[in-house]
Amino acid sequence: MKYASFLGCTLPSRAHNYEASARLVGNKFGIELVDIFDFNCCGLPLKSAHFETYLAIAADNLAIAEAKGLPLVVFCNGCFGALSEANEHLKHNAKDRKMVNELLKPLGKEFNQGVKIIHFSRVLYEDVGIQRIKEEIVRDLKGIRIAPHYGCHYFRPGEVHENDENPKNPTSLDMLIEVTGATSISYEDMLQCCASPVLGTSEKIAVRIGKKKLDHIKAAGADLMVIHCPLCSIMYDQYQPTIEKQFNVEYKIPVLYYTQLLGLAMDFDPTELGLKKNKVKVNDLLAKIENIS
Amino acid sequence: MTRESQDQSNTYDDEVLNLDPNFKYEITKQTGGEKLLRCLQCGTCAGICPVFEVDERYDPQKIIKMALNGMRKELLSSELIWMCSTCYACNEYCPQDVMVADLMCAIQNIATRYGYPAPALEDKIQILKYHARTLPLDNFDNKKRLKLKLPSIEEKPQDITQIIENTGIERILENALTPVTNEIAGAVSEDRR
Ligand code: SF4
Ligand code: SF4
Repeated sequence: MKYASFLGCTLPSRAHNYEASARLVGNKFGIELVDIFDFNCCGLPLKSAHFETYLAIAADNLAIAEAKGLPLVVFCNGCFGALSEANEHLKHNAKDRKMVNELLKPLGKEFNQGVKIIHFSRVLYEDVGIQRIKEEIVRDLKGIRIAPHYGCHYFRPGEVHENDENPKNPTSLDMLIEVTGATSISYEDMLQCCASPVLGTSEKIAVRIGKKKLDHIKAAGADLMVIHCPLCSIMYDQYQPTIEKQFNVEYKIPVLYYTQLLGLAMDFDPTELGLKKNKVKVNDLLAKIENIS
Repeated sequence: MTRESQDQSNTYDDEVLNLDPNFKYEITKQTGGEKLLRCLQCGTCAGICPVFEVDERYDPQKIIKMALNGMRKELLSSELIWMCSTCYACNEYCPQDVMVADLMCAIQNIATRYGYPAPALEDKIQILKYHARTLPLDNFDNKKRLKLKLPSIEEKPQDITQIIENTGIERILENALTPVTNEIAGAVSEDRR
């Protein structure tokens, strides 16, 4: 299992906990992540301003992966959506393919067939498989109640993703959670957006949307929330104390990347999984897990 | 878009009278806007929209209606078009497959061309152009990466610099008029949770 690893903008500077935990658990399953340091931003930040520039920046990355002949593994839902959409668009739109290839030619790159793009959680789910993951679970997380947050671009829009996830009712993250022995709970408006894209234009609107999900998760009695996108982490982990202060509420809901949760169930050291980097403190959760067996 | 900003505009009456019947075709020619004319104004998109749920001034159904009615300048200059969270829920549930999220992106692209870019767009372009990423990376980041045994990463902006220079995105901004102000952030109605 060999993949070109696309880190994007947020992982390298703000989500070391995600990157470190993904590398650790991936290694255990024989997932070979080839670091390609020529990758840059996925292009998403310019999509709303100038579609052609977004396509060209995305295509630059896709062409690098294509030349290496490797599937592209992506960790951020934002990058995953942006690259998948550009890949599909360029496969089917000859005019835009010509336009980007004219821009890429002087750089010695070309978009031909496109590449297979896969989210890291889907690598675990599809390529490693639930059965194989089960074999590595050494610490059963029985009794831990987890609220999954899929994040929009992991499963929407359905047309751009080449997998069997139902865009109205995705299930892969629930299954990945349950293999650890924990319970994946459902809660009101479970598939709703984190709204972090709105933070830049209207923080007030964005935090209201973020707050609603934290309210629903608290009401459902979750011990923690599991995500697999660094942009969702900005809203639920980084902004959680801000929301608590602003609305005078208390959540204290730990927000773990799925790879951190899996790493705990595989008995990796919490520090190596970057758990000290999570903003909402995880000590009570770790104590609870410690007391299970 | 707000009542206040309409009142401040002395050309408001003209705007209403000068509806642009070609605006909808301009949108259908922009990538993502192709399916605008299929909209039946059923309101499903507004019903599912997380932004509308917390602030009714952002109403995707109404934005589409303004587009269909040719309210060109009023829509392009509105700060509301930048409030979409690109969650794609509307795409999934629209009975007419209008692809509302893509349509918003088409309107945003046209607005940018006509001098109404998103707030801070110019800074964003410059950072991307010279750092190849939205969050610049320095030695400090790499030291922190090392602590978790992560490989260090060097910025390699050469190719992206060329791409940005050649797509014409900067010329669009140079020719643009004064950007719209971002006044909505302070104006969320307090009666809604
Ligand atoms: S859901 Fe579709 S058809 Fe209904 S108002 Fe929205 S865009 Fe129009
Ligand atoms: S994509 Fe935009 S308009 Fe559509 S539901 Fe999400 S926030 Fe609302």
